[in-house]
Amino acid sequence: MTATAAATVPQTTRGAGKTSRRRSAVWLGLTPFAIYVILFLAIPAGLAVGSGFFTSTGALTLANFSVLADPGIQKDFLNTIVVSAVTAIIGAILGALICFALLGTKPDGMIRTVIDSASSVLAQFGGVMLAFAFIATIGAEGLITQWLVSAGLVNNVFNSFAHNGVLIYQVVGLGVVYLYFQVPLMVIVFMPAISGLKATWGEANATLGGTRVTYWTKIAMPILAPAFFASVILLFANAFSSYATAAALISQGGLISLDIKTALVSETVIGKANTAGVEALAMVVVMVIVMVAYSALERRASRWRR
Amino acid sequence: MEDHLITKRHFAGVAVLAAAAIALAGCASTSSSTTAGTISKAKASTATSAAAFGGLKGLIAAANAEGQLNVITLPPSWANYGKIIALFEKTYPKIKINSANPNGSSANEVSAAEAEKGQSTAPDVFDIGTAVLDQNLDLVAPYKVQNWADIPTDFKDPGGKWYYDYTGLMSIGYDSSKITKAPKTYKDLLGSEFNGKVSIKGDPTQANEAASAVYLAALQNGGSADNIQPGIDFFAKLKAAGNFNNVLPTQATVNSGDTPVVLQWSYNNLAWGPEAGSAGNANWKVVIPSGSAALGSYYNQAINADAPDPAAARLWEEFIYTPAVQNLYLASGAYPATLAAMEKNKTVDQSVLSSVGAPPSNFVQLTADQATAAAALLGAKWKSAIG
Repeated sequence: MTATAAATVPQTTRGAGKTSRRRSAVWLGLTPFAIYVILFLAIPAGLAVGSGFFTSTGALTLANFSVLADPGIQKDFLNTIVVSAVTAIIGAILGALICFALLGTKPDGMIRTVIDSASSVLAQFGGVMLAFAFIATIGAEGLITQWLVSAGLVNNVFNSFAHNGVLIYQVVGLGVVYLYFQVPLMVIVFMPAISGLKATWGEANATLGGTRVTYWTKIAMPILAPAFFASVILLFANAFSSYATAAALISQGGLISLDIKTALVSETVIGKANTAGVEALAMVVVMVIVMVAYSALERRASRWRR
Repeated sequence: MEDHLITKRHFAGVAVLAAAAIALAGCASTSSSTTAGTISKAKASTATSAAAFGGLKGLIAAANAEGQLNVITLPPSWANYGKIIALFEKTYPKIKINSANPNGSSANEVSAAEAEKGQSTAPDVFDIGTAVLDQNLDLVAPYKVQNWADIPTDFKDPGGKWYYDYTGLMSIGYDSSKITKAPKTYKDLLGSEFNGKVSIKGDPTQANEAASAVYLAALQNGGSADNIQPGIDFFAKLKAAGNFNNVLPTQATVNSGDTPVVLQWSYNNLAWGPEAGSAGNANWKVVIPSGSAALGSYYNQAINADAPDPAAARLWEEFIYTPAVQNLYLASGAYPATLAAMEKNKTVDQSVLSSVGAPPSNFVQLTADQATAAAALLGAKWKSAIG
């Protein structure tokens, strides 16, 4: 921010020259990443969303937007948002509690190192592998399910959830599976923030007559709030865009990412491939709303810093 | 990276071959006969019968010169395609088969043909559902195999753009170690013994095989090919009873016991049972539901108009309609298109036919119009029925 201000309001010619030279060096450094993002994120996203505005023969149309009025699609949209939000919030709380517990351990101690590296691995554990791991543990023939059956619980929570069959083949079960990568992801992203709390702040609080409660409510939580909410947003986006795990577990709709696949590859309902673009656009809109809400929240949470 | 290199090399190879072929075709134009292996790619792409190659020998020579064949969406355990591909490679050892996206859908075949148009990796031949094919008739090249007459008239396009290859019948597959009382009709599946156990092959608004399970449910519940609403109602009831198992069944889930009841084509249920050995489920039984007409749906063979290996593509079709391969379809439980002619010519494998059972004299197959109407109804009603 300050660099830009200095560049736009040059005080002296010498200063301006220095800044622009430095800025061009910065741009040079950024170029590979920028090109990468444009090629593999911006252009594909633009093409995907853009396809929603055309018919299958290439004429401009807004007719594809009628898909958003379909109650089935609306329900799947709601499902996706609820599953993402619930797993993000539960994951964030559990993850933050783990981080809090880890504060009591030595930063370079055995426990911290093990949990750190385990979290890094497990946060990346997704897709078909994750689905398989859960099928093998709590699927119809899963290890734990069969233990319960042999212990006399022939219809248990895993194989007969809500009298509707196997838990993990339902949207609720998907939430359980998602938590498996949400919690470790929270640990990774939140640990740096929580370990940034300085011991001196606690001492200052104590010297001024504060209690542990005032330390957490007046100092630690306001400081950590922006990081915490940013983590929740990250977890939300992580679940919201998840596809492979859901596709391996759920065969009928349920989530908007699965509806997009259905629209793209259908061999029965022909000619609705372009509605996938509209569904993608709706997903982008949801993410934009969440991001805007987050930045408003962040501004409020960080008011004390100004 | 590797693919890219191969593609480039192939491209160069094709270019050289094409140049050579054009030069040779130029020389040959003065003589009247086309000699084996010298037919140009352009000419092979428009050949509508083996005669254009100077007979089957010429076709084989031209296909050998191409050296490869790209097939798409042919799972090895589907209608015996594993054995069929192996037999082709054994019969024509100079032609390598590249099998792409074995678990893809008919729509994937079309998108692959469009996306890879002009590249050496584009699919040469399709095994494609009728609904998708009808929308993409400009994508396929006409060709008539030598025993064209053996394919019944209703089973082929008079112009030769498509021809039926095989059909299964919609069936119930079940694990007899978990289901003690064999289901006879779809209605039996509403019983409490089936709680959380009945699955279909995907989303009917996406997959033809899953949609066909709904169509048979319609026939089983007083509906017809023109009225599939009772089929949707049946699955709503199945869901309400808690009997619908919302996971995509595969050979692996059938093997492990995660999907104890699967409604799918008979040849797939047969392939996933004891037939598959240790990869299958030894207790897997197959029932064609009684109480209504059976339901089938032929798939179509067709050649990509822009096939990178046009001669090999045509040789594949000739191969598919030989009695040996038609008998392989039959052995998987699928009824091949030339079955009636094979019974008449005594080329059918009688022991296989008696073990699979004679096909029902009349089974229901939705016409293209009925399928379109049914799909529209599924699009509108399915999600709320099962959601």
